[in-house]
Amino acid sequence: MLKPNTYNGKLIVVEGIDGSGKSTQIDLLYKWLEIQGKSVYFSEWNSSELVKSTTRLAKQEHMFTPTSFSLLQATDFADRWQNRILPMLKAGAVVLADRYAFTAFARDVTRGVDPLWVRNLYSFAPQPDVVLYFRVPLDVAVERITSSRAKIKYYEAGMDLGLSDNRITSFRLFQQRIIDEYDKMVDEFNFTAIDGTLPVQAQQKLVRQIARKALSGWEGLPNPRSTPVKINKKPSTKTSKRAKNVRADMMKEVGENA
Amino acid sequence: MKAVHFYGAGFPYNPIKNLPGKLIVVEGTDGVGRSTQTQLLRRWLEEEGYAVSDTGLRRSPMTQPGLDAAKLGHTLSRLTMILFYATDFADRLENQIIPALKAGFYVLSDRYFYSIIARDIVRGADPEWARKLYGFALKPDITFYLNADVPHLVSRLVHGRGFNYWESGMDFHCANNLYDSFCTYQSELIQEFDDMAGEFNFTTIDANRSVNEVFEDLRSHIKKLSEE
Repeated sequence: MLKPNTYNGKLIVVEGIDGSGKSTQIDLLYKWLEIQGKSVYFSEWNSSELVKSTTRLAKQEHMFTPTSFSLLQATDFADRWQNRILPMLKAGAVVLADRYAFTAFARDVTRGVDPLWVRNLYSFAPQPDVVLYFRVPLDVAVERITSSRAKIKYYEAGMDLGLSDNRITSFRLFQQRIIDEYDKMVDEFNFTAIDGTLPVQAQQKLVRQIARKALSGWEGLPNPRSTPVKINKKPSTKTSKRAKNVRADMMKEVGENA
Repeated sequence: MKAVHFYGAGFPYNPIKNLPGKLIVVEGTDGVGRSTQTQLLRRWLEEEGYAVSDTGLRRSPMTQPGLDAAKLGHTLSRLTMILFYATDFADRLENQIIPALKAGFYVLSDRYFYSIIARDIVRGADPEWARKLYGFALKPDITFYLNADVPHLVSRLVHGRGFNYWESGMDFHCANNLYDSFCTYQSELIQEFDDMAGEFNFTTIDANRSVNEVFEDLRSHIKKLSEE
């Protein structure tokens, strides 16, 4: 159990395996909330500048053990938490996080660290107001990942677990175990499951309904630029290349209806 | 065969059956003489024919460049620093200390996680949380706590490397000069170490004495340990 969110702001996070479509959905939600005149802040897993060079070195040289991997990602999260997310929540913004502590609980436990140990590690982080869990069958996720890029990286494929010498096979086995861990957390952390095989627009409709409900009766920090924001405005977010490509396609589809 | 003990769950994915080496930790506050004693111990143990490996905070090749760079800036928050140090510690433990112990080495560790959590707790970290964080840490065969009072520490620094920003706790103390801040900070650290001595089974060594007297003391304890 995480402590409840007692800050002025609201915290909405998306979780799910690679290729579940969560980044696409949170990006659409970000834009929609901005149009509503909310102050919105976005933070992505593993994006702290402070830790970046260490992560890069350790990934290149395959230096990580499950414990050091877990700790370095927690360091990354702590840096973003203290310097970015926490001030934004205190100020009354809506913070959208692409992955949160639950990613660590799923991946690190899959790698073999103690579940209670990793839960203690993140106990400084509050329970989000909403956790959207994007559920897709393994085959769908694998198809999306393998069709959109050349090569799955070593740690992404869970090669460090020694499940298989074949990257795709290893990726499949690793992701299935992560799905199992996520499924175990649905009740523990009050996940709202979204069917990630639905059309993007149908998913976004659900996402907005859930967000609207979570934010109803709450004012938060007004956005000084409250005049409607252009839909194609470049968001101040960092997104993976894959998500960017997917987003470009989505924007064509969703367009001005969003 | 001696049993392998951790403070918590250890490394569940990598069970260890036997560690024939000895893990010897030298703990204590800044300026208490830890590195001098560690060097003397190494020389002596090698003369005795033991293979020795030594380690200390921030020496992990994985985290050292990043951690050194982070310390130069001022964006490193307390929580982030705690976790970064824990990453360094875990990496050295799994990739350096445990492999050396498996090979039968005497591992001399200049500081262990006790120093790290003492520094964190003095800066306001939750003591319970910090202890659980190090649930992966191996229990040493012996931990020497070199205990010296603040006047002795001051005298050694004045005639040695001088006062510095971190050892004086200038990152969080109100005192506007290194000397006053050093005295306050080190007294608080000593208090934390004193409190931990029983819990973590420290062998407390009076470090107000001369280098040789302290060394003789450490040596006799290690001799006993080797006969076990």
